[in-house]
Amino acid sequence: MDQDIEPIVIAVTGLNAIDSPGPGVAVIRALRDGLPKNIRIIGLAYETLEPGIYLHDVVDKTYQIPYPSAGSDALLARLKYIHQQEKINVIIPNFDAELHNFIKVSPALKALGIQTFLPTQQQLDARDKINLFQFTAMHGLMAPMDKIIYSADELYGCAEIMGYPLVVKGKFYDAIIANTFEQAQKAFFKLTAKWGFPIIVQQFIAGTEINIAVLGDGKGNATSIIPMRKLYITDKGKAWAGITLEDESLINIATTFVKATKWKGGCELEIMRTADGRAFFMEINPRFPAWIYLTAGAGQNQPAALVKMAMGEAIQPYTDYAVGKMFIRYAWDHITDVTEFQQISGLGEL
Amino acid sequence: MRLKKNIATSESGFIFHPGTGDSFSANPIGADILLQLKEGVAPSDIKKTILDKYDVTANMVEKDWDDFSAQLREANLLEL
Amino acid sequence: MTKLPYERPQILKMNAGLMNKYGTRTEYEPVKHIDGIPVKTLIAKYGSPVFVISERTMRSTYRSIQRSFATRYPKVQMAWSYKTNYINAVCNVYHQEGSWGEVVSGFEYRKALGNGVPGNKIIFNGPEKTTAELELAINNDSLIHIDHFDEMYQLIDISDRMNKKPRVAIRVNMDTGIYPIWDRFGFNYENGTAWSALTKIVESGKLNLVGLHCHIGTYMMVTTAYSIAASKLCDLAWNCKTQLNTTIQYLDMGGGLPTANDLRGAYLPAKDTIPSVDEFAEAIASTILNYGFKTEDLPLLILETGRAMIDDAGFLLGSVLANKRLSDGRRATIMDFGVNILFTSFWYEHKISPAQDFTQHTEECVLYGPLCMNIDVVRSAITLPLLNRGDQVVVHRVGAYNMTQWMQFIQMRPNVVMIDESGESHLIRATETMEYIEIPERMPEHLKTVKL
Repeated sequence: MDQDIEPIVIAVTGLNAIDSPGPGVAVIRALRDGLPKNIRIIGLAYETLEPGIYLHDVVDKTYQIPYPSAGSDALLARLKYIHQQEKINVIIPNFDAELHNFIKVSPALKALGIQTFLPTQQQLDARDKINLFQFTAMHGLMAPMDKIIYSADELYGCAEIMGYPLVVKGKFYDAIIANTFEQAQKAFFKLTAKWGFPIIVQQFIAGTEINIAVLGDGKGNATSIIPMRKLYITDKGKAWAGITLEDESLINIATTFVKATKWKGGCELEIMRTADGRAFFMEINPRFPAWIYLTAGAGQNQPAALVKMAMGEAIQPYTDYAVGKMFIRYAWDHITDVTEFQQISGLGEL
Repeated sequence: MRLKKNIATSESGFIFHPGTGDSFSANPIGADILLQLKEGVAPSDIKKTILDKYDVTANMVEKDWDDFSAQLREANLLEL
Repeated sequence: MTKLPYERPQILKMNAGLMNKYGTRTEYEPVKHIDGIPVKTLIAKYGSPVFVISERTMRSTYRSIQRSFATRYPKVQMAWSYKTNYINAVCNVYHQEGSWGEVVSGFEYRKALGNGVPGNKIIFNGPEKTTAELELAINNDSLIHIDHFDEMYQLIDISDRMNKKPRVAIRVNMDTGIYPIWDRFGFNYENGTAWSALTKIVESGKLNLVGLHCHIGTYMMVTTAYSIAASKLCDLAWNCKTQLNTTIQYLDMGGGLPTANDLRGAYLPAKDTIPSVDEFAEAIASTILNYGFKTEDLPLLILETGRAMIDDAGFLLGSVLANKRLSDGRRATIMDFGVNILFTSFWYEHKISPAQDFTQHTEECVLYGPLCMNIDVVRSAITLPLLNRGDQVVVHRVGAYNMTQWMQFIQMRPNVVMIDESGESHLIRATETMEYIEIPERMPEHLKTVKL
């Protein structure tokens, strides 16, 4: 039956299924489970060794696209070329750094007949780590207190309000936990030397880390919410294994988040739950997490639902999911030939 | 100047060095030179063909030839 | 038989990430013309390198910025920021469009007068104003923007002596959420210094307080900073009215609007991240309009937009002097223009387009200028097609700050050309000559002869 209708063509980024994986391959597996068998998957890759490029039963064809730093014009020009070859129906971007550009070109894509299902730039900015505290406070949610500082003297004031330990964070990366003023000062100088100003000082929250995969319909409803706890993490802090949880309070804060933001598309809420049951938002990732295939396993296939909504189908919010479903991440060595590597490197297509 | 025997070149400009595992890509004129080197054509003849075929001065060909040889040597593609 | 265009032979190692030819900021199209004139013709006529300014772009940019503000606020006045580009022909394009002059030194002040700007339409900013310059400005009824208390007392003394009451404003610095705060200029808002200066000015009875000025930074990326700044100036204006019985006639919001030039180290291109002039205008205009002034008391809004007014209209045309390979294998290309005339390359990654056709083959290279000085690096890494000696390039968005901050160092400064709206080119500043450079030099008698 499926073969009679035009295949849906879906382009997906984030094919770097390596030790710190991008979500692309997991998204594609979910799409292949949840959509008609004849869908065609177009990989969009930045680097030539992204494993998904070479997995031909996962990705039908891959094209290289410009790095986000090349700008939205370059991205649009490349997507137009790919669209001429492939007649794309839906694009699912999966990297934080590329979202700015994809949001910017989405009206132009729509005019070409390519659908996306993305948050707005305002939604993207509101959940940025710089604005997170203010943002959550506005909606009756909680995030660790933070303060942006430019001088080590300001650490005194932070300690008075937040108490020790403090988390001292660099402008772009790195975080150091400080238990005393001396440690905080040392961290301040170390991080400013490395990343420059400003420094973000954050209240330390002790607790259990919980991640929630959420799909919002853009009108304030959560189509799907799946909470998961990491059972074991790698030395890079990435999930090695995880398990779905049943907890009404987690569903409630995710519902509140989606209602408050009218979030459109997938996202991952990183929550720290304290021993006394309070839930702090640590970070909000504006795209599907790498463990998104677990949502398909648990009965709420978020990527498939996203594609259907992007194509205009009304999807009833999911209510049930399997609790106690686990994922265990594994690696395998895929074998290919140097000619494939040369082809994607030299011609930008494979 | 001789290309190492086991170097694999293709007309589309891909080069594979089985000894190091490195891959390279050449622009059309670079690929053309490599194919000729592989066939054993003498550098002086290759340069003459370039001068006949392209809009370029002898000095520039000479300078770019030296730079290209340096690139090939750097890439470990030449017989020492 | 016509020969094929030549490109130097090249091989590139295929790495996991470095090879993405769709990924680097390669410019896709050659730029062969500026306002209809071929780059080749311009270089043949005026030499290489040469700055080219598009009068058409200047005027259309002026009108579009003016429109952004004037459609949102009833009383708007532009003042051309001389330091951005004070070649007289450039200034006069803006003066013809209606701009006043905004100057920051006696030198610039005299330039504005020389260009025919009436004294009462010159805004005199900056931390250095000599007694003679202040006297000139007072006699011309110019708007003097006071930068510090020493200047305020100096001005009170001069006014007293001249028995004239000059029109003044103070420059205010403030926290707008932008770091660093430009607190070296003017009087601080938060710690009360600005209010104290305003009080002293009014109480002196010698100065006519008419305006408030701020200039919160340069290349500002967030519009909210301007809302905050406008709201703080409104606070001061309101207090001047209610507590000092003085009506503030204008708010000068300064400049600082960004252009689409990419700052060094920025991840996303500026074109995708900077707010539009409309958004800045909306932030400023809506703040002042909603503050609560009576319609007849609404202050004049003055803008000293320099960079955003001229940057896009300026191009630098240059030529490849040489290609070489550095010891670590990187390619280097030496251009005939360097940091001496392209001063902004210290903080921008300028877009550079080849001026002739090229293939899709590219190489990452370092772009050096012609100076025999290690600092002369125009771009530390840029992906360009395989350029040959003599090939020409166009550097974009160089209209602001280059033709004022350029150095006569090692080389003479080149011709500057303006293309008028009908497509005719005019020399507006000629290449410096040996004679010109040596005019101010003097030779002591005992050094006049040299025998080697």
